[in-house]
Amino acid sequence: MGFWEKVMRLDRRWVFFLIALAVLIPFLKPLRLPISVTKPVKDIFDEVEKVPPEGPPLLIGTDYAPSTAPELDPMLYALLRHCFATKRRVMLVALYPQGAGMAQAGLDNVLPEFPEVKSGMDYVFLGYQPGIGSVILQMGEEIRRVFPTDAYGVSLDSLPMMEYIHNYDDIAFMMDLSGSSVPMLWVMYAGARYEQRIGVGTTAVSAAQYYPFLNTGQFKGMLGGLKGAAEYEKLIKKKGYTEARKVATIGMDAQSIAHLVILFLIIIGNIAFFASKSHRKKTKLTSG
Amino acid sequence: MTDRLIFDRINRWIIWERIFVRNRAFKAIFLIFLFLFPYLIFAQEGMEEAEQNTLAPPDTIAEILSPTEIKASDTPNDAGENITVQWKSPEDEVGVIVGYEIFRSEEKETGFEITGFVGKATEEFKNRTQDGVEYYYKVRTKTKDAKFSPFSEVSLVAVSRPQFFHTGRINVLVAVLVFVSLLMFFVSTAKKGKSLFIRRIAGLDALDEAVGRATEMGKPILYVPGLSSMSDVATIASINILGPVAKKVAEYESTILVPNRDPIVMTVARQVVKESFLEAGKPDAFNEDMVFFLTDSQFGYAAAVDGIMVREKPATNLFLGMFWAESLILAETGNMTGAIQIAGTDAVAQLPFFVTACDYTIIGEELYAASAYLSRTPVLVGSLKAQDMGKAVLIIIMIAMFLLAIVNAVFFIATDTGNAFLSRIISFFQGLFKV
Amino acid sequence: MRRKIPLTIAFVFGIVMIIQFFIPHPVSRDFYQTMLDWRIIVIAFTYILAVSSLIRIHINKVRRKKTGWGFSYVTLISLTVTAVVGVIGGCFQPTQITTWLIEHFNWQIEQRTVLMVIFTYIQIPMGATMFSLLAFFIASAAFRAFKARNLTAIILLLTAFVVMLGRVPIGELITKRLPEVLQLQNIVEWILNYPNMAAQRGILMGVGLGMMATALKIILGIERGYLGGGD
Repeated sequence: MGFWEKVMRLDRRWVFFLIALAVLIPFLKPLRLPISVTKPVKDIFDEVEKVPPEGPPLLIGTDYAPSTAPELDPMLYALLRHCFATKRRVMLVALYPQGAGMAQAGLDNVLPEFPEVKSGMDYVFLGYQPGIGSVILQMGEEIRRVFPTDAYGVSLDSLPMMEYIHNYDDIAFMMDLSGSSVPMLWVMYAGARYEQRIGVGTTAVSAAQYYPFLNTGQFKGMLGGLKGAAEYEKLIKKKGYTEARKVATIGMDAQSIAHLVILFLIIIGNIAFFASKSHRKKTKLTSG
Repeated sequence: MTDRLIFDRINRWIIWERIFVRNRAFKAIFLIFLFLFPYLIFAQEGMEEAEQNTLAPPDTIAEILSPTEIKASDTPNDAGENITVQWKSPEDEVGVIVGYEIFRSEEKETGFEITGFVGKATEEFKNRTQDGVEYYYKVRTKTKDAKFSPFSEVSLVAVSRPQFFHTGRINVLVAVLVFVSLLMFFVSTAKKGKSLFIRRIAGLDALDEAVGRATEMGKPILYVPGLSSMSDVATIASINILGPVAKKVAEYESTILVPNRDPIVMTVARQVVKESFLEAGKPDAFNEDMVFFLTDSQFGYAAAVDGIMVREKPATNLFLGMFWAESLILAETGNMTGAIQIAGTDAVAQLPFFVTACDYTIIGEELYAASAYLSRTPVLVGSLKAQDMGKAVLIIIMIAMFLLAIVNAVFFIATDTGNAFLSRIISFFQGLFKV
Repeated sequence: MRRKIPLTIAFVFGIVMIIQFFIPHPVSRDFYQTMLDWRIIVIAFTYILAVSSLIRIHINKVRRKKTGWGFSYVTLISLTVTAVVGVIGGCFQPTQITTWLIEHFNWQIEQRTVLMVIFTYIQIPMGATMFSLLAFFIASAAFRAFKARNLTAIILLLTAFVVMLGRVPIGELITKRLPEVLQLQNIVEWILNYPNMAAQRGILMGVGLGMMATALKIILGIERGYLGGGD
């Protein structure tokens, strides 16, 4: 078997090994590559900036499971830091059971940086309810009907922040973080039926499918994958809202090298394909 | 004359079939030009940094302008108990305005109380009210350092009341009625025995071959009906395909494995497979363990199915239904075991992974067409044709709007808004699709 | 009868909810809200169904000593422990029992409740690990399948190159000195905003019409697959 034929039949485990190295090494030796901000991310930032401080809240939907946490957690942390640092109120809701855990984990992570931020005054964590579409629709009528208490068991009527908040009319902007098709449900139900302004934070894989909604303005902006989170972190750091560690930005170095390795493998694979193809042709000619 | 003959005749007249299909170089050049040309014309510019605002904020309250043109009216197309307040925002070059406070009273001159606060980007507020009661509104501006402008003038009286019909959804009603009419028409046409053409769907045609291959090799067929629940259309479509596949498996006396993530889907799938074995005349060959529940955890399910593929080494893998990020894990592992793979999903984001790793891919609505395609029942074929007609109507409207917009932009480029008549037509069509 | 009742329910409620969509009156709105409440309750019950089905299947596996029955023990024990911890110790708000245990045994936990400790230190890392397998599978799939066999494969390959490079900072760095029109991140934004968006929109429209047709077929009783086999 020729060299290129051997390359074509390369054991998958060597590929896995190369990827593992490509991801590990940049974490140990950071490259600190510069990140430029794209329009969809800037649009989200501008929308959050439009939310009035101590006024109608930003509603964040944490509709993701731990599997997509590496990409979506940095977005959640950046959004929370942005809001808490600028005294913007936040409402968190989860349409997946594990999403409620992710929201609580996010609050546990960010709140120590803002000791003055209090539940019920500056943020409300509604928790989880089953039904996805039904919950979105019901929130458009009356939030208390589907969430009579917050996740900690406190009645919404007793929370100062919820005094004037009943449905989407009282919410300034909605930001859905999800790796599945839940953002489309938010657009279909909350956006189309109740004219709620919506933005989306999603995994890089799913980001491509939301461009039609971005184009029509149904999504006001988008944070796409780890890069979107890194761009948002850059924006809030630039404004001086936080000095926290930029988790997504650190991850971008590893992603850059991993992409280069995959491209290298594709090139090698193609060279091997053409080389072995021509070798087979030559062998055929000589034997024929 | 059937649809097929009509399409064949049209094809013969289409010039590009002569040039492009027979001349690959020309096809390549055309495709590359098609991609490059619009890019070169319409290439986006890079992000520009936002300019810093260098103007100083005003010192006195008098400089902060009030909102004007305040209007209050019953919110249209609702269940009542709601009034919409609108106003025109003042100029804010310095960027000092943070929002607007809305005040309400049941009398024109006195008794105003704050009823809401909205951000600076909004010029509208929806207020919860009691039906039949008269309300008056006024608005004032709030700045970042909690200073306020003088109040706006008081609005005219507004009273809320419920409506019986949502006039904003007339277009949806018309579209539903048109679509239902098309459905009824084509279903009745099909019932009369008229043959309706459906184009070939390679993935569905390959099902027979795939099942046959597994039987020859003496290996089982793995059927994954997706990871979603029974309320998902893709899952319903998958269950529709499971029936004929299970029947074929029963006829060939082969084995089928159907792992499930949702217990309700498992119950339905088990019933479908059992019925299929019964129809094929092999009820004894059915074993309840063929259709089983694994876990409701997404990646736990993917890991379990991978384990089944590696241990049982099925000759055929069918991934039909709704999939998310685990799609590549399933397809790639199946590829490693050397099985023939047919995938079908309407999850657009997962299609590239299936296309890469599977032998056949059924894309989007081809999956929904499966029940009609496999059974060829007149009623189902008729509903498929109705769908196609709906799509044809949309395509015609889109092409018409596209041409109108081009004409409006190119030939009336001197005016800001283009030709008034054409703009009105375009707005009309845009309004047709607004909900 | 077994099939007639669900078909009748689907027909009646399907038509009623379509009519409700066009009537904003309070009576219609109250009915709509009641339906939403019912749906939430029904979905909550399906979770009970899912858990009971899971327990039944794994107990069956342990009893019959099927392949991998040891893992069924792990599943059942994990399920029980997590449920008990959540119910007794609290989900997001610690109960009095948890507070007493923390004070009495001087537990130092960062999270509010023991359930959140399990979630943060077991569930999240396990879930993230499974998803991270994708990185390896994508690399091996790309190496194996991205071959320039024909024209469409070449176009796919070139686009993949440009997008993969342009979506990471290293791609921006490589083309930094080129004119803006030729910078990778701008080319990628163009690809995503025009060809990608056009294709996605086409598929979305088709899928949307298909969903509408399937929904109508279910309401009208033409589509009966969801009832499970037979006519």
